[in-house]
Amino acid sequence: MTAHALLIAFPLAIAIPLLVFRSRAVTNVLVITAAVLIAAGSLGLLLPQTSVLSASFQVPAEYLDWTLLGLELAVAAFIFFLGVRHLRHLVSFLALLQAGLAVATEILFRGRIEVVTLLAADKFSLMMAGIVGIVGGFIAVYSLGYMKAYHEHHREYRDRQPLFFFLLFLFLSAMFGVFFSNSLPLLLLFWEITTLCSFLLIGYNGTAESRGRAFLALTLNLLGGLAFAGAILFLAFTAGTVELDRLIAMGAAGGGLGAALIPAALLAFAGMTKSAQMPFSSWLLGAMVAPTPVSALLHSSTMVKAGVYLVLRLAPVLRGTIPGTMVALIGGITFLAGSLIAISQSDAKRVLAWSTIANLGLIVLCGGIGTYEALWAGILLILFHAVTKALLFLCVGTFEQKTNTRDIESMSGLIVAMPKLSIMIQIGIAGMFLAPFGMLVSKWAVLRALVDSNPLLVVFVVFGSSATLFFWVKWMGKLLEVTKVRPADETGIAVRQWVALSALSVLSVGLVGFYPLISAQLIEPYVRSIYGMVTTISQGNLIIMSIMLGMVALFPVTFFVYQRKVRVVDAYLGGGNMDSSVLFQGAGGQVKSMEMRNYYLAHLFGEKRLSLAGGIACAALIFVMFGVAL
Amino acid sequence: MSPLETVLLAVAAIVAAPFAGGLLAGIDRKLSARMQSRWGPPLLQPFYDVRKLFRKETIVVRRSQNFYIYFFFVFMVFTTVLFFTGGDILLTIFALTLASIFLVLAAYKASSPYSFIGAERELILMMAYEPMVLLAAVGMYLVTRSFIVVDIARSPQLLVLSLPGLFIGFVVTLLFKMRKSPFDISASHHAHQEIVRGITTEFSGRTLAFIEIAHWYETTVVLGMVALFFAALPWLAAVAAACVFFLVILVDNVFARVKWRLALASGWIIAAALGVGNILVVFFLR
Repeated sequence: MTAHALLIAFPLAIAIPLLVFRSRAVTNVLVITAAVLIAAGSLGLLLPQTSVLSASFQVPAEYLDWTLLGLELAVAAFIFFLGVRHLRHLVSFLALLQAGLAVATEILFRGRIEVVTLLAADKFSLMMAGIVGIVGGFIAVYSLGYMKAYHEHHREYRDRQPLFFFLLFLFLSAMFGVFFSNSLPLLLLFWEITTLCSFLLIGYNGTAESRGRAFLALTLNLLGGLAFAGAILFLAFTAGTVELDRLIAMGAAGGGLGAALIPAALLAFAGMTKSAQMPFSSWLLGAMVAPTPVSALLHSSTMVKAGVYLVLRLAPVLRGTIPGTMVALIGGITFLAGSLIAISQSDAKRVLAWSTIANLGLIVLCGGIGTYEALWAGILLILFHAVTKALLFLCVGTFEQKTNTRDIESMSGLIVAMPKLSIMIQIGIAGMFLAPFGMLVSKWAVLRALVDSNPLLVVFVVFGSSATLFFWVKWMGKLLEVTKVRPADETGIAVRQWVALSALSVLSVGLVGFYPLISAQLIEPYVRSIYGMVTTISQGNLIIMSIMLGMVALFPVTFFVYQRKVRVVDAYLGGGNMDSSVLFQGAGGQVKSMEMRNYYLAHLFGEKRLSLAGGIACAALIFVMFGVAL
Repeated sequence: MSPLETVLLAVAAIVAAPFAGGLLAGIDRKLSARMQSRWGPPLLQPFYDVRKLFRKETIVVRRSQNFYIYFFFVFMVFTTVLFFTGGDILLTIFALTLASIFLVLAAYKASSPYSFIGAERELILMMAYEPMVLLAAVGMYLVTRSFIVVDIARSPQLLVLSLPGLFIGFVVTLLFKMRKSPFDISASHHAHQEIVRGITTEFSGRTLAFIEIAHWYETTVVLGMVALFFAALPWLAAVAAACVFFLVILVDNVFARVKWRLALASGWIIAAALGVGNILVVFFLR
């Protein structure tokens, strides 16, 4: 277990010199070395020699309690003063309330509750750590190149790169903490540190806009933190424990009795705020003002996954209960509404943000259902989504860095202008929705899980999936069509960025090949350890999927027969072509230029209307969830 | 099924499906002509057309546009094999979607305004019919407890009796899939309501022939899915598939194309009302 504690401590140990030594060379060396070591370390924990199914770690409770409380209060005090300084009284109030709950728990139960297992790691948390270690490592390396170019482009923002990298590694440390904590107060501490990192990174540019959005994110996440602290107090009060594994065991044994159900509902609420489920989705959209690596790391592939991780952990408690069904419905509605809204967005980052919210909804849906099939599907979704979405965000960041825009319409002809980047975006998009790639495999698993438990929820999945198909394909089409020939130019992108982009591309495709191994080694043992049963994709279907993957992989081969005997002509423009595929003669004899724009159907799938409707529905469901749990 | 049987079935499907699909296309044209008081072309005209297309010059706007069509074709054949060898019905649907997406990408790649409009409209149609197709598979699972086509086909129950709503919804889906009025907004068979040729505007010669053959495969698969609703009684399945095919042609000739908004609304409302309603009834009465 010391190895796990080391993985939490190591990024922290790297973060501090990053803040202190401000030389570019030192930062480069430190970040790259640390990224490699963290990735290797998180993978190393997966080796059978270093991990047993459930390892535990014991420390004398005496001083730990005080340290923990002290740190919690320090975080709360920091947030409190932030609120005071920027006149955000709600933030100060929430921080105060949460600190009050922590102190109350400590005073009421001091010495009466003993934490047996402080840190614990099972196959699920190890897999999560692996995802954070690898994806986080690549994103950190990418950031080195990106942030340099970012500040060359944006002279108006103050260059605070040491702070940026400090926060990045502090965040990684906290994420490992979230996954390895079994004691809920400790988990809450790490949870709040990730909230704080997210707040500081969203506000990185220091403009009024980014500060406003950072505070929005902080406020909503503090609401979740408050529910979390409430869950701890309640659990201590009724069950005399503050440990996650005890809570889950109670829930699994008691079949959702009140004692376990109320803290589980509170924790699920915290998870849903962290994962930006409706009605809290607005903070994740706002978070898109942050530099793109932040969006990739915190707001798509890792931090928001902490929320769904918690919800999936609680699956055995939520299964078959009314609050569980409410959680599933919130996830379902968020998936459907998020996917529909993504159709109406032309800003690439907003499309990715809405698609992230939607996919997190799908995972929440799995957690709420809580059967073994749903749990398996949910974990698989986390895995594929983390890798593919990180790739897509980094690609969009690179595109923005080159062109100063992230409008999908301006990606027309990208296959000629930036062929490598264009192909990587296509890999990412294919990974998000197309057979036989990862997200489709997971959606398929979700569908199978739902038909056995609650076919009503199938409705959200089938309608939502058809919407995802629409917005991904039209984006892909935009990458492919070439109307105005732009010169090829992919210069100015640092090697470190290419390394991260290529690695994530290879990983996105490669995962389709070796996810059965990850499933057999990590996901299935975890699911079996809880339910005693497990599901998986049949051998026959796996073979068929591999054949499909092989066929799709043949596509690049076609470029070797590029110069085939075909006659190339101009596109048909109603017979009025002016010796070109884009210029034509209008009715009055004037020369006009042809333009093609995608459908966004904004009057049908407008963001305002749908997020309002989804938000109201989900807020109502949250009230029902707490009403029934109490 | 033994591996040998599977291979034989696969070969049979690959060879027979385009002939069946081509013949159906011939019947379609003949029937449509009679409904419009014309004599119509010979029954085998679709085959003559394709033979002629193979002899024509291939003209493109973008050199790589045809590659996508070949993948469309290959995945359509793959889908056919998957379905007729009795594979997983969800996987069959996903493979069918993958194939259709290659056609859409080809139209985008062609970079012509008419094929671009066709591609966008085809996507709207896919978005409109996809839920219904998946719901039909879910409904079949709820009755037979299996997603495997062989098991569904061997179920002693006549599925249509438990799934009437899904069946009607699926027939409407056929109008989308076979690009028939009123839902033929991406590429119509009727010249009078077409803006140029929609999704296939920039394809010619051999490539266009492959698109045609792929459609023949597609027709066979979707009619096969119709037959699944009646699989317990094979003779009835054949009759039902024939009736549905006739109905689709009749509707095609009676209706004009609708705008995309109505097409999307029709697809989703029918799926939500008939599809979801049917599934809830089956689930709660089980």
